[in-house]
Amino acid sequence: MGAYILKRLISAVPVLLGITIIVFLIMAMIPGDPATAILGSYATPENVEKLNRDLGLDQPLINRYFIWLGNMLTGDFGRSYSLNRPVLDEILDRFNATLILAGVSFVMCSVLGILAGVVSATRQYGFADKAITFIVLIGISVPSFFLGMMMILLFAVNLRLLPVSGMYAIYGGGDLPDLARHLIMPATALAVVATGVIARLSRSAMLEVLRQDYIRTARAKGVDERRVIMGHALRAAMVSIIPVLGIQAGFVLSGSVYIEIVFQWPGVGRMLVDAILKRDIILVQGGVVFVAGAYVFFNIVVDVAQSLLDPRIKT
Amino acid sequence: MTALKVRDLSKTFPIGGGLLGRARAGVRAVRPMSFEVQTGETLGIVGESGCGKSTLARMLVGLLEPTTGRIEIEDRPLDNADPAAFGKLIQYVFQDPVSSLNPRKTIKQIMEAPLKRLYGLDAEERMGRIREIFASVNLREEFLDRYPHEFSGGQAQRIGIARALAAAPRIIILDEPVSALDVSVQAQVLNLLAGLREEFNLTYLFISHDLAVVEAVSDRIMVLYFGSVVEIGPAEEVFKTPRHPYTKLLADSAPVVGRALSAPEQKDSELPDPLNPPTGCAFAGRCPRATERCLTAEPELKPLGEHQLAACHHPLEG
Amino acid sequence: MTTFLKLLFRNRLAAVGAVVLAAILLLALITPILPLADPDVTATADRFQRPFSTGHLLGTDHLGRDLLSRLLWGTRLSLAVGIVAALVAATIGSGIGIVAGYFGGRTDNIIMRGVDMLMAFPYILLALAIVAALGPGLMNALIAVAAVNIPFFARNIRGVTVGLAGREFIDAARLAGMGHTRIILTELLPNVLSTIVIAMSTTVGWMILETAGLSFLGLGSQPPQADLGSMLGEARSALITNPHTSVVPGIMIFLIVMSINLLGDGVRDALDPRLRSGALTRPRAVTLVDRRGNVPHADQKGLLNIQQLETQFHVGPRVYRAVNKVSLHVNPGEALGVIGESGSGKSVTALSVMGLVASPPGVITGGAVRYEGEDLLAASYDSLRRKRGNNVAYIFQDPLSTLHPLYRVGDQLIEAIQAHHKVPDAEAKARAIELLKAVRIPNPESRIRNFPHEMSGGMRQRVGIAMALANDPDVIIADEPTTALDVTVQAQILSLLDDLRRERGLAIIFITHDFGVVAQLCDRVAVMYAGRIVEEGPTATILEHPAHPYTKRLMACVPELGGGKRELAAIPGLPPVVSDLPPGCAFAPRCTKATEACQQGEIDLAGTATHTVRCIHPEEELA
Repeated sequence: MGAYILKRLISAVPVLLGITIIVFLIMAMIPGDPATAILGSYATPENVEKLNRDLGLDQPLINRYFIWLGNMLTGDFGRSYSLNRPVLDEILDRFNATLILAGVSFVMCSVLGILAGVVSATRQYGFADKAITFIVLIGISVPSFFLGMMMILLFAVNLRLLPVSGMYAIYGGGDLPDLARHLIMPATALAVVATGVIARLSRSAMLEVLRQDYIRTARAKGVDERRVIMGHALRAAMVSIIPVLGIQAGFVLSGSVYIEIVFQWPGVGRMLVDAILKRDIILVQGGVVFVAGAYVFFNIVVDVAQSLLDPRIKT
Repeated sequence: MTALKVRDLSKTFPIGGGLLGRARAGVRAVRPMSFEVQTGETLGIVGESGCGKSTLARMLVGLLEPTTGRIEIEDRPLDNADPAAFGKLIQYVFQDPVSSLNPRKTIKQIMEAPLKRLYGLDAEERMGRIREIFASVNLREEFLDRYPHEFSGGQAQRIGIARALAAAPRIIILDEPVSALDVSVQAQVLNLLAGLREEFNLTYLFISHDLAVVEAVSDRIMVLYFGSVVEIGPAEEVFKTPRHPYTKLLADSAPVVGRALSAPEQKDSELPDPLNPPTGCAFAGRCPRATERCLTAEPELKPLGEHQLAACHHPLEG
Repeated sequence: MTTFLKLLFRNRLAAVGAVVLAAILLLALITPILPLADPDVTATADRFQRPFSTGHLLGTDHLGRDLLSRLLWGTRLSLAVGIVAALVAATIGSGIGIVAGYFGGRTDNIIMRGVDMLMAFPYILLALAIVAALGPGLMNALIAVAAVNIPFFARNIRGVTVGLAGREFIDAARLAGMGHTRIILTELLPNVLSTIVIAMSTTVGWMILETAGLSFLGLGSQPPQADLGSMLGEARSALITNPHTSVVPGIMIFLIVMSINLLGDGVRDALDPRLRSGALTRPRAVTLVDRRGNVPHADQKGLLNIQQLETQFHVGPRVYRAVNKVSLHVNPGEALGVIGESGSGKSVTALSVMGLVASPPGVITGGAVRYEGEDLLAASYDSLRRKRGNNVAYIFQDPLSTLHPLYRVGDQLIEAIQAHHKVPDAEAKARAIELLKAVRIPNPESRIRNFPHEMSGGMRQRVGIAMALANDPDVIIADEPTTALDVTVQAQILSLLDDLRRERGLAIIFITHDFGVVAQLCDRVAVMYAGRIVEEGPTATILEHPAHPYTKRLMACVPELGGGKRELAAIPGLPPVVSDLPPGCAFAPRCTKATEACQQGEIDLAGTATHTVRCIHPEEELA
């Protein structure tokens, strides 16, 4: 097991390098004088000159990449010109908020999605199946940002049950119950689509597995039906569900950008959108690399979970 | 005349190796082997799973590039792995008849491909050839507009044979051509093949795991074990008087009406690990006659009796 | 194509989706000729008019622009952008996928590593990076959305292509002289097209959502031009005071995406052949029993007695009579062979005994299965479950697919024991080791920790046999247990089964297509053809004096080792399809002895107490 984790960690190195190369190349597509384009409207002659020196923009592309990469490896993600502070500091300040939102949402969609899928599969064509299928269909069709807005209207404005936005109340907030109250709506709005996708997939994975020969074997040896479904079938279905959980984590992370805007959640997504609108390229670059890197590590966790479940994965 | 001559043909599949593909080791699916097949002859090839028979077949038709060795068809060497160059000389009939036909094409489109690509015939000439071939394999022309899924296994296998014939090859490799078919249909296809061999003066390589079928259709039989030829000889003698202990094990294992049930003598039932092949004779681990020498020295094929050859240090008496 | 449409619209939800989507598309198409206000003309005096106010059916937005007009123009734009993005992503992605899947090896490796890198990003990060570099704008949003969806298509299509590229018809095309380009275009593309269409129909909705999302963030369409996302984004600041400006575009996005999803699901179901046959239905825990006629009275025959069993498969309007009034019994310590070709109903007979036929589509429509006098077909699930494996156990054909891949073989054995006997784990484990010893697996103490994939085929089948023996059953039903094995392994398994039944007095029902196996193992044999038993009797008698012409000629087809090179006997024609059986003897169309009487009415099994045959003109008179 230790060897497998080590192997996966080592194999993440080229992926991380690839991510930096892709981000670097995309940023190199920026037309015109890079320094002015990166600094945008904030450009002053001193800044342009400083940036040229910092990034070695007078040097060839490949050298610039390695300078940038080397800086990042030493923890220097550059300096945000719109916020006038180091990029990494800003990211670290905001990453927690995103992690709480996306994490809670991810747990919600995994648990609810798998549960709904299993119920749906075992009651195939029954009332529960049809109801779940219908709800799922609506869930995956509604844009999360629109859903979030409608939830604000209903629960915050009309019913006055929950706070409209933000992470903590301005006065007297800051404790866990306060966070939870602020978290309910954004986390739910964010989880809906992924829940639907996971439920659909779990349903079809269960149906696929239930037709396998080894399920017939379990029945033939007299195993109780509940155990056949919750033991033999679900365990085998998890082999195809877990990778999708990894993919859906990416979707939850993506969706958090919209939700952070709608609910004014102080996370990385909102920071990125603001940075793009202000043409603060250094901040975008750093934020994208950081979050993508975090996602790579999350996927290693998914792979390790998969290898614990499936003994056929050895190398 | 020699239809097919194979010299030191072998295939090693690389294992491991990353993006830049420098493989550390390899699995030797086929160890260097040499044999000849005469025109008009049927050579049966038998062996159990993992013996390399399919790898050998794919190399012979150019679908797989050999690691070492030469293939000569009617004294013309074929060194490059280009199926189009092989196609006119040697064709292949596949095990799974339905899977060997493209589900999205009509039988006519399937039949026309070799005539168009290999011989560049025009539409009229193609239709003429297809009519001739269909008559030879007892297929009705109305099948031409249908799709593969409309046919039973036996019919689909006839279509597969017809397609091979369309290339007018000298040699046909039959890779388990009847193992997907029911017994009552199997005989139809086997008899058809025998008739076609006479009619077109073809040479067959007949690959099968079914000893009785191979014996019934072959002139000579080659027994493979773990990528090597262990025995080769006339069909009527190989299983009657096996020289190699493995051939004898095979013959004794086949269920035969009127023979009492007993597991034939062998020490271990497992094949050697291909990733970690043994030195010496690959069969030694299972062989009741194995000695110290078998574990160290690899046996060469040598003549035993009048027409048989076997690769064994301690062959059985005839 | 027509069958596709028929299948598609049989799905009512898909039809609803199609109608809604068609209506929206139509509206979008005729928008330029509708008498609408200019969507971009501002009139601040008229701002935030409510819906249904005069001159503005849906009201106005924060700049007093007509919402209906902006909605329709915005829909037009969103649809166009989403569809173009989907087409671009599908074309490029599928191209990459087909090339990688077909060529395989290093080409595949390098391409797919690149695709994996792109997939290592949460998709929006990549899109944001692209928009950041190219600058906000609808065209750039389109490029970004298309780009992030390329890996999805590439992966999907590559997966399908790899499966197809290994298929034999691709080899056949190469041998027919086709080049790579031609093979990709004429052999592969037609076969992956349905996958591409399915992938597109499930992603168009997504891509419309994603472009709307980028516009919502202010990174897509720029003012004053409106698409649905930017309308929603602009309305957000007035959400609480004037919710209608948000609700109108939001509902439109929802309707579009929902109708596309409904239609996409329909398209997928209609194109995916596995779903088409209804194969993805869940088999019930017990085969459905729906006996129309009278249940046969119990007679005191054998330990397990199958009486007049009828099992059918109901697939759409078709009824396949897989098992047609089959009666069989087996005595303690006896080995009964059931022999037949594929489709003869031998396996379905075996699975019907303990209600293991997949249902739907299987239904037991008649007969009885009596074990110790009790009719198993009438038994409750619980009582049947208690007998499964405990009294009647099964050994199946392919030991790799019939053992659970994720459980250790020891745990699977222990589970079999504990399903029927409440014994402590340690005792069950000791018993599992004993069982592995009984089936002659070397080192059973370490072998019980193996997973099935760590064993060879022969060893796995031994585990299968050990599992069948776990609760000392009286009857073992072995369904082609050696068909998937090599001949040398088969001999060992057969002799093991023979020893076990003699040691333990087991009754075995042995399903096979191989006369050699029957001859060596079985005391009695029943020959099946097209769902019926055509002959039954002691093995030696039937092998020497077959009475049914089918038995006789089938045996003549089987080559026997030691016969040398020869012409083989064949039976012309094909076995009938059991959904459409002729009256009378099903073998008559292939039989040389058939007369008119053979094709009329029911022919009964007749003969002596031990040897019976269903034939008017038997090869041997049975008296």
